[in-house]
Amino acid sequence: MMAQWLTNVDWLEIGRACWDTLVMVGVSLFFVVLLGLPLGVALFLTGKRQLLEQPLVYAVLSFVVNLLRSVPFVILLIVMIPVTVVLVGTSLGVPGAIPPLVVGGAPLFARLVEAALREVDRGIVEATQAMGATVPQIVFGALLPEALPGILAGVTVTSITLVSYAAMSGVIGGGGLGDLAIRFGYQRFQTDVMVITVALLVVLVQLLQMLGDRLVLRFSRR
Amino acid sequence: MIEFDGVRKTYLVRGQETLALEVEQLTIERGEVFGIVGHSGAGKSTLLRLVNLLERPSQGRVVVEGEDVTRLAPAQLRAFRRRIGMIFQHFNLLSSKTVAENVAFPLKIAGTESKAAIAARVEELLALVGLSEHADKYPAQLSGGQKQRVGIARALACRPSILLSDEATSALDPQTTRSVLQLLSDINRRLGLTIVLVTHEMDAVRRVCDRVAVMDGGRVVETGPVSEVFLHPRHPTTREFVLESEHVDREEFQESLQHAEGRVVRLTFKGESTYRPLLGEVVRRCGVDFSILAGRIDHIKDVPYGQLTLSFVRGDVEAALQAFAAAGVDVEVLR
Repeated sequence: MMAQWLTNVDWLEIGRACWDTLVMVGVSLFFVVLLGLPLGVALFLTGKRQLLEQPLVYAVLSFVVNLLRSVPFVILLIVMIPVTVVLVGTSLGVPGAIPPLVVGGAPLFARLVEAALREVDRGIVEATQAMGATVPQIVFGALLPEALPGILAGVTVTSITLVSYAAMSGVIGGGGLGDLAIRFGYQRFQTDVMVITVALLVVLVQLLQMLGDRLVLRFSRR
Repeated sequence: MIEFDGVRKTYLVRGQETLALEVEQLTIERGEVFGIVGHSGAGKSTLLRLVNLLERPSQGRVVVEGEDVTRLAPAQLRAFRRRIGMIFQHFNLLSSKTVAENVAFPLKIAGTESKAAIAARVEELLALVGLSEHADKYPAQLSGGQKQRVGIARALACRPSILLSDEATSALDPQTTRSVLQLLSDINRRLGLTIVLVTHEMDAVRRVCDRVAVMDGGRVVETGPVSEVFLHPRHPTTREFVLESEHVDREEFQESLQHAEGRVVRLTFKGESTYRPLLGEVVRRCGVDFSILAGRIDHIKDVPYGQLTLSFVRGDVEAALQAFAAAGVDVEVLR
């Protein structure tokens, strides 16, 4: 009965979709960290009573981040299409999904970085200042190393969000497991394909969380 | 030498300017251990932070070794801060770095020494504070006293001429407090370092400080040599601190005063006279009788002292008091 039930499942296709999802999440996570980390640091430093307090800069950054985070990702996918075409030449498939994933993930990650930095004891910043450190020395020498476990937890949360965003990009022809679920599971009523893809997504998320938790533990010295 | 000159610090609290600190004139001499004592909120930490400009005065000058620190440009200020070490109540060590890395951190920031020179200096510093075998541990693996020793080693890394201590022993148990204070005292003697020690524990002041300033409500209410301030406190806040450190309950003491007969006198023996059998001598000679209301024998830094509150009855009390005074005992008639 099991074999009969899984007749629609093309395992090669599933394998390729898995790989595509991993590529989408991996590549976009790389860019999300690349953009979101400095953005989070900037949010933190320009915030109230922080090292480079700049109310105007903070207000602008904060507004942009909130704006991007308040747009539902499905809408962002559609709105981003022209920009995506300019950036990667297509709005379809794996490459077409990456720009919206980055734009959707970076503001979330920036906020998580900001929150992790705020968790660092102010006394540590003060002690480092008292040593005659410059702001970059404080950021790279004290703040980021101290906030590393929190930032890694933020990377974990963000990567899991990117998995679900990547699946959503199937709606506009993004590729990967989401694409499979929509084209076969939803449009062709192949429930078995739907179940398999969702199950694989569940496994992926569990694995990412486990990996993330291990990394956080590895770098926690408190 | 550190000089505060007409310093005021105000904060804006809900649009209202609030005075946090006002110090007309205060000088801390080179090489001394200077205590700043006061209740929480008295402004002592703020005063300390003015020295390395972690707090900027709203008005006035802070002159450290001839330089008005409020006028330093950012780069000059950073260079200046490297000449001042600082230790904190909660140690403020980097939890992500090992003991050795924490001590090396200020040297790396200064960026003036080679890797090998830094490693050698770290080894030397850890030996100084007695933590050589813990070099590769993380702060979380150390006890409070050990953490503060790491803090001290870190503060001394750049060979500062001044060490600022912000309630450095307040989070430690009495025994650890004593050993950390002993270490500070040794460092002061061996390296000739000026130490400014902020605390709310009069006991810490008594153990290590040469001079002390008592703060209350953002102002310095009393200042002088520790023995002077300790044995003859003038300001009510100082009296309170001294009584507290002697574990004397003010009300209990007042009550025992009421029960006492005759003339109540406080005798303060200091230095040599502490160990002389003066009391017996004088009592026999003048034929007075006495009862003891309170008493204490202790040390102020290295100077022994004894303080006795006695009530004298019968005999020639005046002659007895004169005899004490003539022997160099400080006589204070309480009633």
